[in-house]
Amino acid sequence: MKMKALIPLGLFAVLVVFLAIGLTRDPHEIPSPLIGKPAPLFTAPQLKSPGQQFSAKDMLGKVWILNTWASWCVACRQEHPILVEFAKTKTIAVIGLDYKDQNVDGLQWLARYGDPYDLSVTDRDGRIGIDFGVYGVPESFLIDKAGVIRYKQIGPITEEALRDKILPLVRELEK
Amino acid sequence: MIPEIGHFALILALFVALALGTLGVIGGQQGRADWMALARPGAQALWLLAVISFGCLTYAFFTNDFSVSYVAQHSNTKLPDIYRIAGVWGGHEGSLLLWFVMLCTWMMAVSLFSRQLPDVMVSRVLAVLALVAVGFLLFMLITSNPFLRLAEIPAEGRDLNPLLQDPGLVFHPPMLYMGYVGMAVPFAFSIAALLNGRLDAAWARWTRPWATAAWICLTIGIAMGSWWAYYELGWGGWWFWDPVENASFLPWLVGSALIHSLAVTEKRGLFRSWTIMLSIIGFSLSLLGTFLVRSGVLTSVHAFATDPKRGVFILLFLAAVVGGSLTLFAARSGKVRSGGAFSLISRETFLLVNNVLLTTAAAAVLLGTLYPLIIDALNLGKLSVGPPYFNAVFAPIMLPVLFFMVVGSFARWKNDSVAELAKKLGPVAAVSVLLGCSAPLLAGPWSWLVALALSLVFWIVLTSFQHIYRQLKGTSNWRVIPLAYWGMHLAHIGIAICVVGITMVKGYETEKDVRMAVGDTVEVGGYTFRLKGISEVPGPNYTADRGVVELIKNGKVLRTLEPEKRTYFSSTMPMTETAIDSNLTRDVYVALGERLEDSATPAWAMRVYHKPFVTWIWYGSLLMAVGGALAALDRRYRRKAAATAPTHAKGVAA
Amino acid sequence: MKYCLALILALHCTLSAWAGEAVPLAEDPVVEQRMIAISEELRCLVCQNESLAGSRADLAQDLRRELRTLVKANKSDAEIMEYMVSRYGDFVRYRPPVKPMTWMLWFGPFLLLIGAIVVLVRTVRRNQRGETPAALDPDQRKKAQALLKDTGTSS
Repeated sequence: MKMKALIPLGLFAVLVVFLAIGLTRDPHEIPSPLIGKPAPLFTAPQLKSPGQQFSAKDMLGKVWILNTWASWCVACRQEHPILVEFAKTKTIAVIGLDYKDQNVDGLQWLARYGDPYDLSVTDRDGRIGIDFGVYGVPESFLIDKAGVIRYKQIGPITEEALRDKILPLVRELEK
Repeated sequence: MIPEIGHFALILALFVALALGTLGVIGGQQGRADWMALARPGAQALWLLAVISFGCLTYAFFTNDFSVSYVAQHSNTKLPDIYRIAGVWGGHEGSLLLWFVMLCTWMMAVSLFSRQLPDVMVSRVLAVLALVAVGFLLFMLITSNPFLRLAEIPAEGRDLNPLLQDPGLVFHPPMLYMGYVGMAVPFAFSIAALLNGRLDAAWARWTRPWATAAWICLTIGIAMGSWWAYYELGWGGWWFWDPVENASFLPWLVGSALIHSLAVTEKRGLFRSWTIMLSIIGFSLSLLGTFLVRSGVLTSVHAFATDPKRGVFILLFLAAVVGGSLTLFAARSGKVRSGGAFSLISRETFLLVNNVLLTTAAAAVLLGTLYPLIIDALNLGKLSVGPPYFNAVFAPIMLPVLFFMVVGSFARWKNDSVAELAKKLGPVAAVSVLLGCSAPLLAGPWSWLVALALSLVFWIVLTSFQHIYRQLKGTSNWRVIPLAYWGMHLAHIGIAICVVGITMVKGYETEKDVRMAVGDTVEVGGYTFRLKGISEVPGPNYTADRGVVELIKNGKVLRTLEPEKRTYFSSTMPMTETAIDSNLTRDVYVALGERLEDSATPAWAMRVYHKPFVTWIWYGSLLMAVGGALAALDRRYRRKAAATAPTHAKGVAA
Repeated sequence: MKYCLALILALHCTLSAWAGEAVPLAEDPVVEQRMIAISEELRCLVCQNESLAGSRADLAQDLRRELRTLVKANKSDAEIMEYMVSRYGDFVRYRPPVKPMTWMLWFGPFLLLIGAIVVLVRTVRRNQRGETPAALDPDQRKKAQALLKDTGTSS
């Protein structure tokens, strides 16, 4: 058997390995380029008191989670009970970003499903979401004391994600 | 009852295919004539079972049998009749059944049109095809059964995706699948030859019409898909380098290389290993395409609903078929001796150069399609490879192909000289460049890319005519010129016409995106469009806003166009039905957009396009297919192995 | 009565005169042109098989709005691309950037082509050197010519 004749087989074997690995990946998921970078410093009106502004700068020195949600978002209802439970533990601050929503609808939704947030701000035109690289709701960002994004949860926060990724990281960042 | 018959037919088919496959291969190895004799009737029995199974699924669709899960997911009582039939292949399971039916049809064709082949060859070829069929049957029966029943029968089905409710669905998938599956036939011939050890000119002559036939089906299938996307999606694009489109284009590129490589193997006994390799790669790409569409590893608008179990199965199948063939190739490649030499300037070289170019182009497209997957698998992040990449890399590789295409038919076998070729082709080259550079001025602003492309187009057309002229002048009776000769030139001219379409559209198309109220006009490409009115029109399973737009040129109303915006009951996404006025030199294309809420007088967003020569893309493809058909029907492929009818034409095509 | 009719007629004429040349959907066609050219190079993150130019998704419309603002602010193409990439990563570019990770992608095909041509030329030359067919003697030549005349150069 000529060695040269085995080259096509060899190349094919490499291809199969890549395809097999590919089966374990999700091509739709887009990792965030903002991990390790400072979170955009935004100011936005609060949902419950639209006259008052909230600024991300206020959170410097604290570890906190920014969670994007919306009344029209079906998947948000999945993670909401988990957030409500987590908020009760008072571990860290949870700030909600009501993304592309009407105030009335947002308030109704929180009244109906519970309000885990220290406060929520509104992002009517989606510009804050764009600055955070949000492409689908819900998405959550874990931000450290220096205002740097350390972790992004794409999609609803699950029990596993909370237990295995978020909480350990929070403990580290709080030190 | 009927769905159970369909299911049972598939199970029966599995056993028939297994028998056909194993007995055919072992019978061939051991020279058992009785086992080999089972090949043809076996293939025909398999076809019958495939048709029965497909018929049962079609019946279930047509009679709205929602107890069958697949029917409930893809059909609806309000669905028009024709889409209840075409919808059979609108989803994953049904399209697999179509794949299987196509495979059996090709096997049937091989069993019927192979009188001139030795029986041992036929039985091996059918055996290989039967083993491929086994794979698909197992895939269907284990992971993707179209006949699964639902415990609770819904009153109404979910409906066929509105994008698919179009005549395109009736023709594009069957034709494309015929091409995809057709690549299995030259593959089977190659495997049979590797098992056999016999790889002579006769083998090449037998394989060639089958390779050409598969290539024709792919050509038409791809062209149909492109045309369907163009008129259906509403924004005038006709090729997006989507992974699934690439998955069909790759076997076409390799198939084009294969039919030309087979020409050299038939004529001169050269490139044998390369030809075998190409036929294995061609079918492997078909299978790879099947994997990409159904496994979920790549995002594509064509992708079927995915399930990791299916992905794993197809990958294993792919690994087995391709891995097995490549191992066989490596084991037997020592026996494949390609004799003969040829000089650097010869017909062989030109054919080989274009072969290399086509294969490299295919490799580039494959690389671009798989690169995001590779980068992700290596944990290097997520990357996108889109049209800008493909256009930048593909075009430069294909332009030389256009140049060398007809030079090959002028060059002599084995040895020719640049001086001789220059003498024959020099004047035509000059004229082509002249015409190519001046033609763009008639259409609009001059661009060197358009001039280059058009020069190559004139080059192909004029050299083809020159070749035909010399051929006719040198023969007393033009009737003896083989069909394959006309086929070759027709196909090459078809490519040139296709290139005209692509170049002119890319270079000179114009569009306008405007707001129109009733009575407003907009001007594009020398035509004026006036919106006469918009009304609500109900359909069988949708309601539509239909616009009436007058097409005016030089003050005269040529016709009215009626673009629509349809909302299907089953979907929230509105669908655009474009209105197109088409003639040989241009398409004018109107798409109705959203109703604009920001004014007192009702106004709508409208997009109008002027696309010069766009239909030449598909006419050119059709001509290519016709050329291929002529070449495949050449009498020499139907000659029995024993008799050798002498031909009297001189200097004829490869 | 006649006066009313005349008034209505006059009104009708003036209103029809207002139905004129359709206004481009975009506020500023030049800005729009540039925005579309840039967004054709970008991938829609929601409908991941469409360019940002063609997608009808909400996010796509929002992003096009942002791009329009950037174009109006006279930002360069590179700056606008950077705006998108810093938020969404390289995934959003349809034309992969040329960096070490993508060298294989951009240069691979051409290297492959050059390599293949080199192998081709070498194989042709090697074949030529290896084979020196013996010349035919006059008898064999006559036989060959007869065969050629009989079957033509095709077969």
